[in-house]
Amino acid sequence: MESIDVLMLCPMISYLEQELQRRYNVLKLWTAPEKSQFIKDHSATIRAIVGDGGHGADAEMIEALPRLEILSSNSVGVDKIDLEKCREKGIRVTYTPDVLTDEVADLAIGLILAVLRRLCASDRYVRSGKWKKGDFKLTTKFTGKTVGIIGLGRIGMAIAKRAEAFNCPICYFSRTEKPDTKYKYYPSVLELASNCQILVVACSLTAETRHIVNREVMNALGPKGVLINIGRGPHVDEPELVSALVEGRLGGAGLDVYEHEPEVPEELFSLENVVLLPHVGTATVETRKAMADLVVGNLEAHFSNKPLLTPLV
Amino acid sequence: MGKISKKNRGNPSKEVQWSSVMDDALVDAFLHKVIIGGRVNGTFISKAYNDIVKELVEKFNMEINKDKSKPIAKKWMTTPMPNYSKMAQLWAKDRAKGDHAEIAKEKRARTIHDPSMATEVEDHRPLVLVHHLASFKLPLQDRLIPHFRLFDSLASPEASSVRALICVGPTPVTVDTLDHLPSLRLVVGSSAGLDHVDLVECRRRGIAVTNSGDAYSENVADYAVALLLDVLRRLSAADRFVRSGLWPQQGEYPLGCKLGGKRVGIVGLGSIGYEVAKRLVAFGCTVAYNSRNKKPSALYPYYANVHDLAVNSDVLIVCCALTNETHHIINKDVLTALGREGVIINVGRGALVDEKELVQFLVQGEIGGAGLDVFENEPNVPKELFALDNVVLSPHLAVSTPESFEALNEVIIANLKAFFSNKPLLSPFQQE
Repeated sequence: MESIDVLMLCPMISYLEQELQRRYNVLKLWTAPEKSQFIKDHSATIRAIVGDGGHGADAEMIEALPRLEILSSNSVGVDKIDLEKCREKGIRVTYTPDVLTDEVADLAIGLILAVLRRLCASDRYVRSGKWKKGDFKLTTKFTGKTVGIIGLGRIGMAIAKRAEAFNCPICYFSRTEKPDTKYKYYPSVLELASNCQILVVACSLTAETRHIVNREVMNALGPKGVLINIGRGPHVDEPELVSALVEGRLGGAGLDVYEHEPEVPEELFSLENVVLLPHVGTATVETRKAMADLVVGNLEAHFSNKPLLTPLV
Repeated sequence: MGKISKKNRGNPSKEVQWSSVMDDALVDAFLHKVIIGGRVNGTFISKAYNDIVKELVEKFNMEINKDKSKPIAKKWMTTPMPNYSKMAQLWAKDRAKGDHAEIAKEKRARTIHDPSMATEVEDHRPLVLVHHLASFKLPLQDRLIPHFRLFDSLASPEASSVRALICVGPTPVTVDTLDHLPSLRLVVGSSAGLDHVDLVECRRRGIAVTNSGDAYSENVADYAVALLLDVLRRLSAADRFVRSGLWPQQGEYPLGCKLGGKRVGIVGLGSIGYEVAKRLVAFGCTVAYNSRNKKPSALYPYYANVHDLAVNSDVLIVCCALTNETHHIINKDVLTALGREGVIINVGRGALVDEKELVQFLVQGEIGGAGLDVFENEPNVPKELFALDNVVLSPHLAVSTPESFEALNEVIIANLKAFFSNKPLLSPFQQE
């Protein structure tokens, strides 16, 4: 059987690389000195692309690969893929929903707790050797606080379920109201922010949701409010976020994503009411393996003419 | 507390305008409302102290009246309450020598009076001792004053008649303490744990003991879950990584571990353990427990000893009380049974865990990680732990929220009120 050329856009866990290499001829784009030349050189044979949340295919790349049949993304976020172009050209797109839902939801709650209870700041404090007897700092209780979720998809629902175990009232904003949930719906993010104490961004990034959390929303959330972003950096107006935190107009923030990863605004480094993570939403051994299995599984299904496991397009 | 009256009411020698600054004894007195809002209420035990205070008040008042713009006077007039101890130090430096001995004596034998209850009106409030080490203050103590007459010294003459005491934080209640309090019938604890109270002696003397009941349970449970998420998902370590500027240089941060599906063993299924279980079930964990006795109402599998629980768990969360039996209940044997991937979370008491052994296990990589809010010898933390990324360290903060202290206050008041009206106590300590 002829070997199938698969273009891999960026390094991923070695398990995934190995599984791909066992089945296909993997072309590693990041090793090429000149990326567009590399694509040209192999444009006649590339039939599949493997990307991830940060690396997708834009119209230009898709046009350059006439034999492209499928793009299998190692992520649930697909904002870096020109889905319209794929549809137009009949290119299949698969992603990795469900296997990472719990992981990301867990992280959202972890961020909430870490910010409210000053976990990271306390850990730094103890490690500095400065702890003295009787010293204590008041932090804020999580149980019972109102949690507002932007985007009540799989991840949003999983976050809600966890927060409910902490007796938190849940409210949300979504493109459309969900009739079968008991959570309170608000027709705008601004109203949601005005009525909750913890605001979690859990929607997908599209043209409409870019900067969905802006200055107004942050002011509405307020000096006692906390913003949690486990979506995409561009969901939040980052310079506005920095000034809101520095000026105390926003009570705190837990961030896993940023507008220009891996760059993080340095003004945030000295703030105790902020927790900064390096995009680790799905970063566990178990979940990355499950995601990898889906990526490979989708490619296998496609190339043996079987139904795709998790198609998006 | 709050507004400092600028009016000179009545007889200047009795009711004078007062502001904050004095030495620390007087600051304490102020905080205990002996002197407030310009009026000197109540009396001090030693006449000398009484006279000193009166003299100071008069002197100070004269100074204020002479020239209000005088910087020192102004400073004293406008200093808000929280700065008192600092101002007290400044004042002590300025003050004439010779007063120290009297005031030191006074500190040991001071009565606290409620200014809202003037001496003419009979005081029906029951008497309660606030038993506290110097570095520990009872949060929201002011809220008790409308209900109870408080004092805080075992040397006070009232010690012989007081029937109830509030134990602040880990202040010990020992045989010696109890010997000073022949009429005592109730110890109201302000913590969940009562390992600092001689419970055997209290029982022997017919003294009931209450703890903080459910006041802290939710906060401690939240914190236990927080520590577990932090250890598994490397939150604090990853946050350090970002703040040190390493992300652009080193790329991806090492992977963490999934919480969902983990087998969680709860050591001590009391009100805290119960809340922890409830939360972790929502994350997809399975829960089992060990307690002194099986709880018929609990739906989780029971293990008769901690070793067996550890064999069948990926995570152990320690939330039981510290007693003679539970000292070092997490020992080498349990840690070995928990295994190389195992995680320990301790929100109980440091001495529940054999700390030396735990450090060894962590340093040798024989256990997966630990989240610790308590230590055997606080505030000392074994320095070997500082270099480990799979360990999260916290300075005994699991209860530390305003909400906890509000709830605690309600529990304390409820227990005291029940006691003084011969009703059943709200949160009596019961050996489980």
